[in-house]
Amino acid sequence: MAEPAAPRKTDIGPPHYEQFLHPVIKKNYGKWKYHEYMKPGVMVHVSETGDKIYSIRVGSPRLISVDVIRMFADLADKYCDGYLRFTSRNNVEFLTDKEANIDPLIQDVQAGGYPVGGTDNSISNIIHTQGWVHCHSAATDVSGLVKATMDELYEYFVEMKLPHKVKIAAACCLNMCGAVHCSDIAILGIHRRPPQINDDSVSNVCEIPTTVSSCPTAAIRPTTVEGKQTVKVDGDRCMFCANCYTVCPAMPIADPLNDGVSIWVGGKVSNARSEPKFTKLAIPFLPNNPPRWPEVTDAIKKIVDVYAAGANRYERVGEWIERIGWPKFFDLTGFEFTKYHIDDFRHAGETFKRSAQIKFQ
Amino acid sequence: MADHKLRETPLLDELKKGPWPSFVSDMKKMAERKPMVNDLLGQLELSYKEKKGHWKHGGLVGVMGYGGGIIGRYSDAAKEFPACAHFHTVRVNQPSGWFYTSAALRELCDIWDRHGSGMTNMHGSTGDCVFLGTTTDELEPIFAELTEKDWDLGGSGSDVRTPSCCNGMARCEYACYDTMDACYNITMEYQDELHRPAFPYKWKFKFSGCPNDCVASIARSDLSVIGTWRDEIRIDQAAVKEYADSGMEIRANVIRKCPTSCMSYDGKEITIDNKNCNRCMHCINVMPKALRPGTDTGATILIGGKAPIIEGALLATVLVPFIKMNKDDDYQEFKDLMERIWDFWDEHGVNRERIGECIERVGLGNFLEAIEVDPLPEHVHHPRTNPYIFYEEYFEEVDDAEAQKA
Repeated sequence: MAEPAAPRKTDIGPPHYEQFLHPVIKKNYGKWKYHEYMKPGVMVHVSETGDKIYSIRVGSPRLISVDVIRMFADLADKYCDGYLRFTSRNNVEFLTDKEANIDPLIQDVQAGGYPVGGTDNSISNIIHTQGWVHCHSAATDVSGLVKATMDELYEYFVEMKLPHKVKIAAACCLNMCGAVHCSDIAILGIHRRPPQINDDSVSNVCEIPTTVSSCPTAAIRPTTVEGKQTVKVDGDRCMFCANCYTVCPAMPIADPLNDGVSIWVGGKVSNARSEPKFTKLAIPFLPNNPPRWPEVTDAIKKIVDVYAAGANRYERVGEWIERIGWPKFFDLTGFEFTKYHIDDFRHAGETFKRSAQIKFQ
Repeated sequence: MADHKLRETPLLDELKKGPWPSFVSDMKKMAERKPMVNDLLGQLELSYKEKKGHWKHGGLVGVMGYGGGIIGRYSDAAKEFPACAHFHTVRVNQPSGWFYTSAALRELCDIWDRHGSGMTNMHGSTGDCVFLGTTTDELEPIFAELTEKDWDLGGSGSDVRTPSCCNGMARCEYACYDTMDACYNITMEYQDELHRPAFPYKWKFKFSGCPNDCVASIARSDLSVIGTWRDEIRIDQAAVKEYADSGMEIRANVIRKCPTSCMSYDGKEITIDNKNCNRCMHCINVMPKALRPGTDTGATILIGGKAPIIEGALLATVLVPFIKMNKDDDYQEFKDLMERIWDFWDEHGVNRERIGECIERVGLGNFLEAIEVDPLPEHVHHPRTNPYIFYEEYFEEVDDAEAQKA
């Protein structure tokens, strides 16, 4: 190991944000009065002092090289006195107080191959995880899925023509490093077979009690195989969450034949109108079909199309489905409703319908 | 030009097509000067062909004195792709609100270009600026150069994960407290907890300035701080008229969408029964020029949000309906609450159990009692519907003589 440089600085925390704020932002901190969308991807915030700051939102793949970041830095220097930020959905926002700079900046951004949009009633960027690019537990590759999906939904990023905003997230396994459990539409990588057990290495690389207790359905038991301490899995109880693999590397669960993608709908985190809600299962399994996952992008396009055609203004996907009812959602999308759609985990009964209030088509 | 042979990636090349910016095109350019990215593309192509990842499970690497911030990553196809055999992640604690200057970004890029693959995530799911792919030897030099320029590592493992926040008062009129200051303050207060994992499991803080919750704190953090207000929504009736004159359908899009039916509009002015307003934000979102949150502002604190692993996904539940997020006393009330919660968690939490799951196991009522928070109707959707109550108070029979003495 290399010698650490001296004197060693530790626990200094992040740099203070104030040094990164545009002078107009610093001056009007806490004094903003209202904002407006001037056009897709462009917002103006107006202060009580009358000052204005313009934000130009640019889509990015999140997985970007230092060269792309430097290109953003150059554009910020050219048009924004060097000031920019990133959003919680991995977009870049250029910040300027000069209205005349907006259109030239947009032209340069677009010439560089980056889209301007993602504001208000649009599909903003997709929140996503690492996938095969960099994660050991990925059941799919989300960078590719997101690229293929955003190509398909591009018009909805660069225009603001939906009933309301649609937030999409993708996660490559059930750990869900992206917030797919509360998005309008979610793409989730899944396994469908129990883990394999490398009996030779379990006792070397895993703590057996931790491994046993990691299983939410108590499907894992300690056992001995040819004199070696290991574990066994009751396949009937396994619901393929891969939590055992997270604590025990000797239980790999990836299976190219059976891994795939599930599609979820109707979640939100905002408190606007209705309470925050979880996503619900729309499609239990679609095949992993790289490089462009056509089955997945077709399904998402279908959901967006029927939502765009049927939802009222200011209705999020989940609110629209609650109004029309789940039977109608499956009818409109043509997705098959199966026994997999009916919950059988903890508190499953809370999701059963317990009334005679039924709409007949 | 590259002095190494560039990998052929026919499958990935399909992702160079289409209007959305392509990570493949970007990585292919980087591959010309970075053998590590060239081999990463080769390995990713293999994954696309085989439909299977090729990263090994974790690996303990880090910088001296820190238990978090670096994620070890090794290829299981190192023979075929030697340049990315070691491909560790460095999490760099982002500035509050993800604000940067071009100079700051170039500083980070230069360090990463010298010592790693040059590929990043801007940003990771928890909020960090993520450097993807370097070798163990480079970790100390990276750390030295980062700290020299006043950057530090973020969290990983069973520690306080890098807190994150919305852009709050910097560029949003909805912010009901100073999210960026609170996030910075709490991050600085808990540097030890952030860098040295000592908890049963991860602990995420997220700070949103209003109930729109742009950082998804209610879904994605163990401790969610969501800005709110107690007094009346401020109304500018002249601006209401402007919206009406510009063609906004106020009755359809604002009044009828109000979840508590606390608003009315007589064709000229909006009236709000603020006692029935539940601070959902819809009307303010639609008419930001005319309606604003009140001025008696603070936050609602919620606890226990998480994704499914292990016991199922949870949205965070209300812990403190209203707290003044007070900068002047250094957020002392908030920090005192954290200390009580962590004391409880230290004692009762089990390995790899998030606080939300811990609370479900011990019971929200017991948890509140332990951390000295009075139970409130705001803590539940409705009171319990079952009669299986663990009564703790009851009378004991005493004989007449004893009773008379008493």
